[in-house]
Amino acid sequence: MAKPAVLTHPESLKKPAGPSEFAKHPVNAALSKAEKVALYTKMARIRHFEQRCIRTYQQGKIGGFLHLYVGQEAVAAGTISLLGKHDHIITGYRDHGHGLMVGMSMNECMAELTGKVTGCSQGKGGSMHYFAPDKNYWGGHGIVGGQAPLGTGLAYAVKYKGLKGCCLAYMGDGAVNQGAVHEAYNLAALWDLPMIFVIENNGYSMGTSQERSTAHPGCLAKRAEGYGMAWDVINGHDVYEVRAKTDAAVKRAHEESKPTVLEIFTYRYFGHSMADPDKTYRDKEEIKGYRENKDPVLLFENELLAEGVLTPATRDAINEAAMAEADVAAVFAEESPDPTVADITKHIYWEEDNRGPNSTSRGTIIFE
Amino acid sequence: MAVITYREALRAAMREELQRDENVVVMGEEVAQFNGAYKVTEGLLKEFGPKRVVDTPISEAGFIGLGIGASMLGIRPVMELMFWSFSYVAFDQIVNNAGNIRYMSGGLINCPIVIRGPANGGTNVGATHSHTPEAILASHPGIKVVCPATPYDAKGLMKAAIRDNDPVYVMENTILYNDKGEVPDEDYIVPLGVADVKRVGTDLTIVAHGRAVITSLKAAEILEKEHGVSVEVVDLRSIRPLDEETILASVRKTHRALLVEENKPFCGVDAQVAYIIQAKAFDDLDAPIGRVSSIDAPQIYCKRMEDEQLPHAARVVAAALKVLA
Ligand SMILES: Cc1ncc(C[n+]2csc(CCOP(=O)(O)OP(=O)(O)O)c2C)c(N)n1
Ligand SMILES: [Mg+2]
Repeated sequence: MAKPAVLTHPESLKKPAGPSEFAKHPVNAALSKAEKVALYTKMARIRHFEQRCIRTYQQGKIGGFLHLYVGQEAVAAGTISLLGKHDHIITGYRDHGHGLMVGMSMNECMAELTGKVTGCSQGKGGSMHYFAPDKNYWGGHGIVGGQAPLGTGLAYAVKYKGLKGCCLAYMGDGAVNQGAVHEAYNLAALWDLPMIFVIENNGYSMGTSQERSTAHPGCLAKRAEGYGMAWDVINGHDVYEVRAKTDAAVKRAHEESKPTVLEIFTYRYFGHSMADPDKTYRDKEEIKGYRENKDPVLLFENELLAEGVLTPATRDAINEAAMAEADVAAVFAEESPDPTVADITKHIYWEEDNRGPNSTSRGTIIFE
Repeated sequence: MAVITYREALRAAMREELQRDENVVVMGEEVAQFNGAYKVTEGLLKEFGPKRVVDTPISEAGFIGLGIGASMLGIRPVMELMFWSFSYVAFDQIVNNAGNIRYMSGGLINCPIVIRGPANGGTNVGATHSHTPEAILASHPGIKVVCPATPYDAKGLMKAAIRDNDPVYVMENTILYNDKGEVPDEDYIVPLGVADVKRVGTDLTIVAHGRAVITSLKAAEILEKEHGVSVEVVDLRSIRPLDEETILASVRKTHRALLVEENKPFCGVDAQVAYIIQAKAFDDLDAPIGRVSSIDAPQIYCKRMEDEQLPHAARVVAAALKVLA
């Protein structure tokens, strides 16, 4: 993997956005029309779900933190669309897009945000803590960087069991400066784990631009070299490019059991969370520029319109259906019941929830 | 006396100490350009510049450890944790290094560091962001912990913390940031280890710290109005050092004690307080010591249930009536 000494951005990002150079890449050429439509539909669903969340939040029905994925859809969509039965994912608190991509329903996702018992975590986790282990989705983690070692452990378990699979751990451009991330890098490389660290570089960690948080800011992925790991940089506005380059990392994991660091350049349209007024650290023109020229949903839409896979009518139908689905989810969340006070002390310990003659635990474990 | 918010009181304390001592440095994530995630440090960068008010990457183990190291050489860092919940990734630095260096060096090295930030539940942000580690940290000799409940105490304790020559961990509360109160215009400190009787009464002593003080004061009102009970509320303010005398004097007067904290019960601060009361004022007690803490579970996300999980006035009133029965 010969790389130029200082590589800042993927080649495609240096040019004005146009038709994807990666449309003909085998992994994309192999997609049927229906699969392409399905991929577009998933991206549109993430977009509309997140936008519906804003309304629900503004209505006061969601509290706490709400980190939106709008603008970053192609990252989760492109990477997760490649995964199979033994591939796993784990991410930080900006976790809704990944959840919808693995097949979680809008209903359970919205109900979790409103703290209802019908939510994916029964109202116990909230926006930052989605989980769907049945879909190989291991969260949703609130503490920056904490998911990197966990993901490495998932990759370790996959390898230990002799399965042909891997784990993708997503993190932000700010998270790369957590010690745990570096320890995970070393372990993954040292033990040849089928691991892919995906840095979703959206340019900012809260109000801190990437240049202000990181030494050697030209390329975050390049740090992989310090651990002898492969790495690549990806234009995250182009879902075809995300798929093409992630595919190489997945193959490396599956076939060689080797880790990779991918840095995917993307952009978030809204504040860090709904609590961030987003007024001080970037200007409105910058956001507008991304929205107008690099929108991942729009670019893929144009791609598929040009390919004749989508028509304006099918596109509209897909978007209307996604909006309607999000509205239904909001009603579902509204009408669902809260957990009860008795529920507060459930799900703390397996042994406590399953006490029986063969329990390995005795004594008081929940205190007054 | 000016009426200012708890947030402004903390900021004023840092500002005055930055002015007073050129070795004071404020450091943390988003404290400078962004003016603080909770705006506690708003305006400090503008006034003192980037040498004194420093933004850090999201590297708590790194920058907290760095602050401890700098304090060994005489810098007086005031480190912001966006949440005390994030201290857990820096636990080794906070406990093993800051807490042990003076002891292990036979008194040769001091760590005059302040680590501050919010440590509270009740904001609907789930289990990872709602920790209240005052008891965990105070259980380590070498470490000091304070939990202000009012603007006056926030300012006075913060200034004392910055002037103190040991590691002092200041646990604030995001729900209190907008609370207003009177704060003197002139320089003052609230010494660490001095409790405050926030309400005088004769029938029952409630011991509390942090926002549980505010909850207890509300409960005391209800107990007075609806049950004719006169409640004394002792605000610990400081967990370690702990003002045993004020607690004991109050219990010796009222003969009944109820302990209220937002911690989970197991080995909470009040476990230690209960031990002290029974050991040193056993004969003064007319009833077993009562206790209210958070329902013993990781913090639930659902807001309505989180409000039940935390001590609230109705729960404190019910527990008080039990102690009084
Ligand atoms: C250990 C820790 N420190 C601080 C925080 C607070 N925090 C949450 S997200 C965030 C910024 C992370 O930025 P980045 O990694 O770029 O991800 P993005 O939000 O852009 O997706 C910070 C500082 C946290 N959750 N955990
Ligand atoms: Mg970021």
